[in-house]
Amino acid sequence: MFYREAGQYKTTYQSDMAIFPLRQDRIGIIIILALAYVAVPLMASDFILKTIMLPFLALVLAVVGLNILTGYTGLISLGTAAFMGVGAYACYKLTTIFPDVNILIWILVSGFFSAAIGVVFGLPSLRIKGLYLAVATLAAQFFLQWAFVRIPWLYNYNPSGAIEVPLRTVFGVPVTGPTAAIEVKYLIALTFVVVLTWVASNIVHGRIGRSWMAVRDMDIAAQLMGIKLLEAKLLAFAVSSFYCGVSGALFVFIYLGGAEAGTEFGIRLSFIILFAVIIGGLGSMIGSFFGAGFIVALPTILKFGLPAIGIAITGAIAEKIVVMVIGALTIYLLIVEPHGLARLWQIAKQKLRVWPFPY
Amino acid sequence: MKTTRLALGLGLGLVAGFAAVSPVGAQESINFVHNTYRTGAFSGSGIPVADGVRDYFTMLNNRDGGISGVRINFEECETQYDTRRSVECWEQAKAKNSVVYVPWSTGAALATIPRAHIDKMPIFSMAYGLSAAAVGGTFPWVFNPPLTYWDGASVWIQYIAQREGGLANLRGKTVGLILLDAPFGREPIPVLEALAREHGFTLKTYPIPPAEMQNQSSTWLAIRRDRTDWVLVQGWGAMNPTAVREAGRTGFPRDKVIGIWWAGGDDDARPAGPDARGYLALSWHQVGTNFPVIQDILRHVVDRGQSNSAREKIGENLYNRGVYQGMLIAEAIRNAQRLTGKRVVTGEDVRRGFEVLNISAARWTELGAPDFAAPVALTCADHNGHHAAFVIQWDGTKWNRASDWIRPDRARIRPMLEEAARAYATSNAGWPARSETCDQPS
Repeated sequence: MFYREAGQYKTTYQSDMAIFPLRQDRIGIIIILALAYVAVPLMASDFILKTIMLPFLALVLAVVGLNILTGYTGLISLGTAAFMGVGAYACYKLTTIFPDVNILIWILVSGFFSAAIGVVFGLPSLRIKGLYLAVATLAAQFFLQWAFVRIPWLYNYNPSGAIEVPLRTVFGVPVTGPTAAIEVKYLIALTFVVVLTWVASNIVHGRIGRSWMAVRDMDIAAQLMGIKLLEAKLLAFAVSSFYCGVSGALFVFIYLGGAEAGTEFGIRLSFIILFAVIIGGLGSMIGSFFGAGFIVALPTILKFGLPAIGIAITGAIAEKIVVMVIGALTIYLLIVEPHGLARLWQIAKQKLRVWPFPY
Repeated sequence: MKTTRLALGLGLGLVAGFAAVSPVGAQESINFVHNTYRTGAFSGSGIPVADGVRDYFTMLNNRDGGISGVRINFEECETQYDTRRSVECWEQAKAKNSVVYVPWSTGAALATIPRAHIDKMPIFSMAYGLSAAAVGGTFPWVFNPPLTYWDGASVWIQYIAQREGGLANLRGKTVGLILLDAPFGREPIPVLEALAREHGFTLKTYPIPPAEMQNQSSTWLAIRRDRTDWVLVQGWGAMNPTAVREAGRTGFPRDKVIGIWWAGGDDDARPAGPDARGYLALSWHQVGTNFPVIQDILRHVVDRGQSNSAREKIGENLYNRGVYQGMLIAEAIRNAQRLTGKRVVTGEDVRRGFEVLNISAARWTELGAPDFAAPVALTCADHNGHHAAFVIQWDGTKWNRASDWIRPDRARIRPMLEEAARAYATSNAGWPARSETCDQPS
């Protein structure tokens, strides 16, 4: 009823291929952005910002990154957390070696380091597929994690083996380190997410994205159509790792404010991000947001939300429920709805479009 | 249909999320949010500790109506030994005005230390976390008594010297260190290396990757091949029982295997069965229920069915460590009340309470724990104390004390810590100079 495209004519190819073809969608995205930029920092408490919004924004880029690799190109990776770690350590090294350069530049640049490492570990993907590729990326996970612990140069020979985020300012405003205001951190993370998501969305909707999807659907056919597998697959690894790297740098610099070598970027985080991709929806940008939001918010809501509305639940039980819910939902969605929450969202939109008629 | 229900669920979830931040009602009570890990890979060590702390504060509430008549509003925050969740618990503790934050993980301590002076909540990391936090001039908000891992390394070598008949007899011996291949595991290495150079023994390190915690057979073969005389264990979680079992399997004398205090849980030794007899560990407090304070816990908490712990587990080593931690924190709150004259104290007051912490032998007796632990005294400059520890030995069913008090080599450790604190302050540009005033202990 309200969500109907009647009267909106597409007169150019450009408008036909737009990411948001409906006016309602465009208005919706503007409202969401306005809410995110204005309402959330003004209204939400520190607790919400710190425990839900910041980890959500930091992780959503990793989910987008893995989605590019797994959802769009069909290559399974279990090394996501390690690539995030590369970003975090690269950013740490860069900002300690060149402290005067704007930290925001380094956060972005650290993504390129991660991309380079990603390409190296992506090479086997030319020969091996499916589960075997997952094992190869698992090797990346373990090797890189080992390197984070064993190469003291990476953490500047810190006796506790941790990277500690120093104070960095942009135009005199502290953006990292303990004295940075949470709202500033939030806005920075949000800007990174908005810009990079916009870029990713354009990539996957363009020629490159189409070649990835062709590779995903059948790589021999794609090759016959003239898509160079080497380039397509390595580019997918590079772009995916770039997103993971930026996500890792944000995770440590904007969200955690310090990390112990080797524990933060473990295999567990890789799996969590993979679950987020599956729950959110393989091959969907909005699904990445749903998945990351679900994974980040569920434990916090169960643990702190339920007691606040009077349902007595201890933290330990909440954690067990989280594991059960995520596990059950992952299996359920894999069997019933591989396109995850994003597909449910699409169904909802379609229903609204034709409402009150069933078809 | 599916979507409406989903939307409803999401909406409810959001409401719940926002409701979570509503402040807690504040009558006369002191809030204390305590990190625990009752789930996850390290829960085996986390549960007894959590039970000990919880039961001690429940006992204070039941027996005395709290501390100086103010009830302690004790809450647990589950972290799964995960830094992300621990940071969440920091926010939770802050939102609930907890008077102290207890990270129970090195990662969590590192992540929250820079926030402590801003959010005005002291951090109490008992014998773990950032060793350099012992330097109160740099870290006014962090406390890590009663001793650091570096002190532990010093106590290890002194104990070995005692058994070998003097430091001179260490020459030519080989000391092995099995360590968890993580920052925590490598903590003692610099001190052990310095001691090895000085006393002429060889130090061999055997790192165990976290993923291989339960597979140490090759490590113990290497230990045999190297003809190692003593083995030190710097481990946590599933690594410890595996080390003890492998020592038994390869026939390495168990009474020459010494764990750090976190390798001294009853469940670290028990699974190895008779093979574990003789295994040693460091500790700084007694085990068993033979103390008035533990008896009070049994009477006021366990008998009322308010404990989460099985009755026979009370008095075990890690349980008593939880009680020990509870006693130190309660004493700091008491000091804070005395210093400020207020009944309901804040995190800032409790920070001052920690700085004048002074539990003498007589005070331990007053607290219902005669000879339970060495006297603990902190100052504004020294937030650790480098207090004495002793060695305990597993007899097949329980731990027994196996040595006298051994004082760490403070003169050697302290300059190293101050150097580390300086390095921390320089690498964290803009680290604030101490502005907190210092209270005189009375």
